[in-house]
Amino acid sequence: MKVKSKKVDLAEGDLTPMIDMVFQLIAFFMVLINFAQTESNDRVKLPSSQLVKPPEVPLEFPIILHVAQDGEIILGGDDYTAETLRVGLQKELAVIKAEGKTVQDANVVIRAHKDTSAGDVQEVIRVAQEQQLENFALRVKEDNS
Amino acid sequence: MKIRNRGEAEKSGLNMTSMIDVVFLLLIFFVMTFKIVELEGDFSVRMPLAGSDSMTMDPTDLPLKLRLQADENGKLTTMSLNEINLGTDFDQLRANVVELIGTTAPVEGEDGPEIEIDTDYNLRYEYVIRSITAVSGYKQGNEVVKLIEKIKFAKPRR
Repeated sequence: MKVKSKKVDLAEGDLTPMIDMVFQLIAFFMVLINFAQTESNDRVKLPSSQLVKPPEVPLEFPIILHVAQDGEIILGGDDYTAETLRVGLQKELAVIKAEGKTVQDANVVIRAHKDTSAGDVQEVIRVAQEQQLENFALRVKEDNS
Repeated sequence: MKIRNRGEAEKSGLNMTSMIDVVFLLLIFFVMTFKIVELEGDFSVRMPLAGSDSMTMDPTDLPLKLRLQADENGKLTTMSLNEINLGTDFDQLRANVVELIGTTAPVEGEDGPEIEIDTDYNLRYEYVIRSITAVSGYKQGNEVVKLIEKIKFAKPRR
């Protein structure tokens, strides 16, 4: 009978430390989770630079253009090429104008893949220039090494 | 006494299973959605459409010209700054920029020196960023010393 009662003890092991640990883990991941990931795109791997710092004030009226490795441009979830990008930009500019701002207030943020050709990025800039956009930001990853 | 015993026994044998189920679900959710945030910054480039302000431009105030050449794989082969050949050494490029503009009083804002980057079409973008990094400044300890802030691109070469 004594042996039996020992088995019962084993089955009701103390769960307190495990629950403590699990709650700690949950708290850790909850604090670090970042839902504001809308700016990034899985197809883009940014180049890095030691000189950039995360901006203290976010850019006003950003138009975020992702340039994938094959030169395809992603704007607001839609795929464009350098030839069709004009249409996408005009849509964005219509929104900005509706808010009573001029085209010059907009900032074009270019998030290009590090292995894409420089010419593709230049084409993106050229198309945006044709829409009277003039403020560009080349987005890069901060390199602390 | 009997009633008391019963109550205590029930309390200590509280069923944890459902709570642990939910807690593990939460844990799995947070682990799966977890992503390390990479800090990002911008190099700003102001490029109005060519010709719009060419009337006001001073012809003596020409920008520095950085020419980047690539092989067919997009790898950088040669760089030249104002016709000075620099090979592929970005430190050499930075040293030349320092020599050309001086570091004693870095001019900020609109009147600072300007550089025009003329790159081969198929050069990998990474090299462009590395050259922009080299010309726009360098790190001295934790301080960033700025060199050229006005950067523009030449017409794309096809």
